[in-house]
Amino acid sequence: MILTKEAIEHIKHNPKYQMLVQKRSKFAWTLSIIMLVVYYAFILTIAFDPQLLGTPLKQGEVMTVGIPVGIAIIIIAFVLTGIYVRRANGEFDDLSRKVKAELEAELAKVVK
Amino acid sequence: MKKVLFLALSSIALMASGAIEGEVHKQPLNVSAIIMFLVFVGATLGITYWAAKRTKTAKDFYTAGGGITGFQNGLAIAGDYMSAASFLGISGLVYLKGYDGLIYSIGFLVGWPLILFLIAERLRNLGKYTFADVASFRLKQTPIRTLAALGSIATVILYLIAQMVGSGKLIQILFGLPYELAVVLVGVLMILYVTFGGMLATTWVQIIKAALLLAGATFMAIAVMAHFGFSLEALFEKAVEVHPLRDAIMSPGGLVSDPVSAISLGIALMFGTAGLPHILMRFFTVADAKEARKSVFYATGFIGYFYILTFIIGFGAIVMVMTNPQYLDAAGKIIGGNNMAAIHLSHAVGGNFFLGFISAVAFATILAVVSGLTLAGASAISHDLYANVFRRGRVDEMQEMRISKIATVGIGVVAILLGIAFEKQNIAFMVGLAFAIAASANFPVLFLSMFWKNLTTRGAVVGGSLGLATAVMLVILGPIVWKQILGFEEAIFPYKYPALFSVSVAFLSIWFFSITDKSADAEAEREAFEAQDIRSQTGIGAEGATSH
Repeated sequence: MILTKEAIEHIKHNPKYQMLVQKRSKFAWTLSIIMLVVYYAFILTIAFDPQLLGTPLKQGEVMTVGIPVGIAIIIIAFVLTGIYVRRANGEFDDLSRKVKAELEAELAKVVK
Repeated sequence: MKKVLFLALSSIALMASGAIEGEVHKQPLNVSAIIMFLVFVGATLGITYWAAKRTKTAKDFYTAGGGITGFQNGLAIAGDYMSAASFLGISGLVYLKGYDGLIYSIGFLVGWPLILFLIAERLRNLGKYTFADVASFRLKQTPIRTLAALGSIATVILYLIAQMVGSGKLIQILFGLPYELAVVLVGVLMILYVTFGGMLATTWVQIIKAALLLAGATFMAIAVMAHFGFSLEALFEKAVEVHPLRDAIMSPGGLVSDPVSAISLGIALMFGTAGLPHILMRFFTVADAKEARKSVFYATGFIGYFYILTFIIGFGAIVMVMTNPQYLDAAGKIIGGNNMAAIHLSHAVGGNFFLGFISAVAFATILAVVSGLTLAGASAISHDLYANVFRRGRVDEMQEMRISKIATVGIGVVAILLGIAFEKQNIAFMVGLAFAIAASANFPVLFLSMFWKNLTTRGAVVGGSLGLATAVMLVILGPIVWKQILGFEEAIFPYKYPALFSVSVAFLSIWFFSITDKSADAEAEREAFEAQDIRSQTGIGAEGATSH
C-alpha cells in the first residue's frame, strides 16, 4: 500500500488512528520516564550518598542494600520491556490493523 | 577519593578497550582451547557456506532477507552486545572493585528499554538497510547520508581497532599464538563470514556465540554458587574476608563520584547504544515491528541475565582465584591482569577442559562482534555512500552488493593493519570515543528525524557535525588523551565522558539551525513529516520480508 494524499488525509482523521498514536505514545513515554527515573535515582545516590547503598541489609550480615537494589534495576528493565511488548503486540497492533482495514475499504470506495 | 576514582576509571578504560592492556607475555599453546576453537570455526564456516547459497540479493546480504525471528534476533543482539570486553572486563572489574562492576553493567543495560519504547518500531517501519535510510527519509539524501555514513564508519573503525587490539592480546594469552597472527586470523575469518555469508552468516555466528557464552557463564556461576551451598551471603562473606578492600567491595567505591560524570556516563551509554550502527542494523533483519519489539525484549532478558552472572563470576573469582597461588605471579598479582579473572575461574571450577571451552568462547565472542561491525561499516559505504550518494540511487542491486563485498574486504584489511599498528598504543579512549560519536552525531539526527516535525536538512547536517566535532575535541582535550597519552600536566576538559556536553551541543544546534531555516526545501521537509509519521506508526509501506 502506498500512502497517497487521500490516504494521508483519511488516516489523519481516523479516530482509531488518533487513539492509537495517542495511547501508544503516552504509554511509551511513561515507561521511558519510569526507566530514566529509576536509573538516575540509582546513579545520583551513588554520586551523592554512596553509603546508603553500602548499609547492611540485616544487622551482622555482609550483604548490603545495594546488591538487591542493583539486581532489581536489571529485573525492572526486563519487566518494563515485557510490559511494553505485551501491550504493543496485542492491543496496539490490533488497532493498527483496524486502521489499515478501514483505510483499504475507504480507498476502494474512492476508486469506484 | 581522587585516587579511587582514577583507579576505577582506568579499570573501565581497560575494559572498554577490549579486555587486555599493556604488555602481555605469550603463553604456552593451549591444546584443548585450540581444538574447541577449531570446532567453532569449522561450524561457523559451514554456516557461512550454507548462508552464501541463500544470499542472492542485496536485501539478503544486508538484512538476511528480513526473515530472522524476534527470538533469534534477540539472541543475535545479545551476541553483538556482550563483547569479550564486557564478559572479561566486567567480571574483572567486579574482581578488582566488587560492587562497582554492577554499576557499570546496569549502565550498559538501561539503554535497551528506551530503544524499545522509542526507537525500535519506528526504525523498522521506516528503514531498509541502514539507519541512514531513516534519517534521510524526508531530508536531502546526499548531505544526510554522507553525515550518517561518516558517523557510522567512524564508530565502526574505532570500535574495530579496540576489538582487534584486545583480541590480539587475549589470543596471545589464551592460545599462545603470536599477536600479529591472532589479528590476521580474526580479520580473515570476519572477512570470510561477511563477504560470503552476509547478514545471515553474521547473525548465526552471533546466535551461536551468545548461546555458548550464556551456557559457559551459567555453568561458572552455578559452580561458584554450589561451592557456597547456593548461599549468596556465604559467597559475599568469604569474598569480604579475602579481598584487600575488605567490606568496601560491598558498596559503591567511587566509580562515579560527581554528578556531572554520573549523568554524562549515563547519557553516553544510553544514547550511544541507540546510535551504534551495527546494533541499529539488526532491527532491519526481522519481518515487522512486532518482531522488532520482541527482539529487544529477548535481548534485554539475555543481556540482563548475563550481567547478573558476571557479577557472581567476579565474586567467585575473588574467593577462588585471589586465594590460589596457581593463578598469581610472584608478586601476588593475578596472572595476565584483572581481566583474566573469569578465565582463571573457569580453570578453577572446570579444569583444563573448561578453561579451553571458555577461551574458545572468548575468541568466538570477538569474531561475532567484529563481524557485525564490519557488516555495518560495509553497508554504510556501499548502500549510503556508493548507491545513494555517489550513484544517486541509480544502481543495480548486483553492483551494490559487489561494492559492499569489496568494502568488507577493505574494512577487514584496514582493521588488520590498524590492529597491528596500535598494538603498543594506549587505545583505552577508542570505545569511549565510539560511544561519544554514536551518542552525539548518529543518535540526535536519527531521533529528531523520527520525532520532530521541524527538523530540516540544514539543522541535521550542522547539528550532527557539531556534535561529532565536539565529541572528538572533548575526548582529545580530556584526561585520557591529553593527560595520559599526550603527557600534559592537566587535562583541559576535566571529564572523561563528554556526552553530556556534546549531545547537548548537537540537540541545541540541530534545533536552532532547523527553526531558522526558512527555505522552500525546509518547508517541504516539514510537510513530509506527516506521511513519514503515519508510516512509522502503522507500518504502511514498510519494507517486508522475503521468503526463502
